[in-house]
Amino acid sequence: MSVAVTGTTTVKAPRRRLRLPYVLLGFALLLVLLSLLRIVTGTGDLSSSGTLRATLIAAMPIGLAGLGGLWAERAGVVNIGLEGMMILGTFGAGYFGYFWGPWEGVLGAIGFGIAGGLLHAVATVLFGVDHIVSGVAVNIIALGVVQYLAVLSFSGVPGGGQTQSPRVDDLPSISIPALADPLGSLEQRQWFFVSELAALLRSFVSNLSVLTLICLGLFVLTWYVLWRTTFGLRLRSVGENPAAAETLGVDVIRYKFIAVATSGAFAGLAGGFLALVAANGFRDGQTGGRGYIGLAAMIFGNWRPGGLLAGSGLFGYTDTLRLRGGGDSVHGLLLLVAIGLIGLALWQWRQHGRQSALVAAVLGVVVALWYVLTDSVPEDLTGMTPYVTTLLVLALFAQRLRMPAADGKPYRKGSAG
Amino acid sequence: MTDNRLKRLGLGLAAPLLALLSAFLITSLVLLAAGDSVTGVWGQILSPPQARGLTNIVNAATVYYLSGVAVAIGFRMNLFNIGVDGQYRVASFAAAVVAGEAFLPGYLNTLLALMAAMAVGAVWAGIAGILRVTRGVSEVISTIMLNAIATALVAYLLRKAAVDNPGSNITATKDVPEGSRIPGFSVFPDSPNQVYGFVVVAVLVGITYWVVINRTRFGFDLRATGLSQSAAVASGIDTKRMIFVSMLLSGAVAGLVGMPILFGQAFNYGSTFQSGLGFAGIAIALLGRNHPVGIALGALLFAYLDEQSNPLQILQNVSPDIVRITQGTIVLTVVIAYEVVRRYGVRLEQRQVALALEAERSTSREEASP
Repeated sequence: MSVAVTGTTTVKAPRRRLRLPYVLLGFALLLVLLSLLRIVTGTGDLSSSGTLRATLIAAMPIGLAGLGGLWAERAGVVNIGLEGMMILGTFGAGYFGYFWGPWEGVLGAIGFGIAGGLLHAVATVLFGVDHIVSGVAVNIIALGVVQYLAVLSFSGVPGGGQTQSPRVDDLPSISIPALADPLGSLEQRQWFFVSELAALLRSFVSNLSVLTLICLGLFVLTWYVLWRTTFGLRLRSVGENPAAAETLGVDVIRYKFIAVATSGAFAGLAGGFLALVAANGFRDGQTGGRGYIGLAAMIFGNWRPGGLLAGSGLFGYTDTLRLRGGGDSVHGLLLLVAIGLIGLALWQWRQHGRQSALVAAVLGVVVALWYVLTDSVPEDLTGMTPYVTTLLVLALFAQRLRMPAADGKPYRKGSAG
Repeated sequence: MTDNRLKRLGLGLAAPLLALLSAFLITSLVLLAAGDSVTGVWGQILSPPQARGLTNIVNAATVYYLSGVAVAIGFRMNLFNIGVDGQYRVASFAAAVVAGEAFLPGYLNTLLALMAAMAVGAVWAGIAGILRVTRGVSEVISTIMLNAIATALVAYLLRKAAVDNPGSNITATKDVPEGSRIPGFSVFPDSPNQVYGFVVVAVLVGITYWVVINRTRFGFDLRATGLSQSAAVASGIDTKRMIFVSMLLSGAVAGLVGMPILFGQAFNYGSTFQSGLGFAGIAIALLGRNHPVGIALGALLFAYLDEQSNPLQILQNVSPDIVRITQGTIVLTVVIAYEVVRRYGVRLEQRQVALALEAERSTSREEASP
């Protein structure tokens, strides 16, 4: 973040980048909080390895969709069509997964996603259609295409139907019993912090799908490609200032095309993950708005892969608690949220964000009251968490978020003059 | 002059026709690639509808129209109200509860419920408006989030407000009392079903929209802000206020979207209440170029495609979802076609001006030479 000078002479210090030790420290702190919460509220499911493993599975599609959004928006193309590309991905996974095999299913998902991405790229980059309009169109078309093709390909197939594919074989998964078993017994002991750490590690060494590992690798790969290579620098320059990029000889149109196609590939893979790892095949309506949650996670993560990963972890976690029938577990989380919000209010107050501090404090008190006055959170409301969080983040941290400068602006070749 | 006007009209019509034609071609290609009968599908879709079908088309178009106008109000202001979808669902639920409780007798109850729907729709859109005006949050993102929040909120509230329906597993609010329902009327002879009475309200909304946008100072300010915010600020328009107010108006109209269904057909809000109307509204507003008559034509077209594709599964063994592809493609082709036609129009005008200048110059030269 650059130095910001306001009307008076207050000068903000440049923001420190998060280094690995800090990230690890934050992680440890999170586990301590979860341990405390388990002891205070007495809900064991908050940090069991089952919950954490399910979180990992729930977070991946959100994170991959977010990565899709990241690639497109870093090149200056807003991608509301993520949801549609994900839907295409679920079908691609179901179709190729059933007729060829699970790995072909992964490729099929990516291929279908790319097709959606190319459609968006042609409309926005070549024809200069408004990005939002094109995204909405992609969503409509993708849903139509998939429902149409599903009837065509799966009705009459044994185990399939008009709205679902037959069962697709599982992708291989990794288990290391030599590690998982001792960790499991550690987790059983319910020792403060140690059990939480054991549960976390155990969720990675037992029954971990290979695709999950690959997807985690894609986060690192995205970070490396976009921030550590010439290609990435050019791609981001296209999203920040296309005219300047063009004067330096960058082929703006080509970079945007590549970025949006890649975006489609990631969104398609997100759909494929849903169909192949989170479920056993394609089902109509499988995405359930996760493309939008991915977009939310990306904004939450301030258009950066690390933040995006944290956002998708958070949203995947709440989703998991909801699915595990955790009205009580979520109720326990309310306490954490209340403390967090009040802490945030204090911090904002110190940072002279009086208005934000007030809003955060009021919300914190409301959540605290909610915690005290009720016993359980209805599961319908838990589903709101990602969206409410994103609205809050946008409302409270609007100044600290920085999207690519030319994000969403159509660019015509030769505009640099 | 009339010649020019004709040309403008021709160009204006060329774009939607071009868009429809390309959407038609693309859909045909999809059918061909999938191995379905192209002639069979279009034969069914283009066959003249029965009286029953015509009524269904008008009814569906009424709903689409309101959604299109709601989106168009935002568009005129350069605002993207993606949230019509959430706004109409929250509003329909609120109206269904108010109407079901029947605080007032007869049509007063209806009126109260309609007011509630508009108010709730406006409030839901207003959240996005406030965030945009005070915190600079893009209304696109906030309305997408609000759509999802609306889904969860309505599901939660519906569970609370639902009444027991013996013999059915559909959860729904209390039925609107008989006296508060809006009666339909027959337009097409021998039709077994009736056109929504609410169609009158939809027409009134369209007229009001036209008058406000084109004949009032507010409308002028709105259009000016939409065209150039900096110019609007320079001429003393409070653009923040305009953004907020137009978001409220858009939300209020969005609140009406579900009303024809609530008071003319379903009579309650249940888990099966029609969804996805807001996104169709975006397509229809684009198709109709935000013009009240254009939106009406767009709404009729979408309703026509929906209705005519219904029997495809039985008659042609083709999934009726094929028209979703057509509808989605229209959204893209319409925008592209208008741009192409506009560029063509500009070039045509330039050539005309060049010709006129050339002619003028040659006559003045002739006058000067002898």
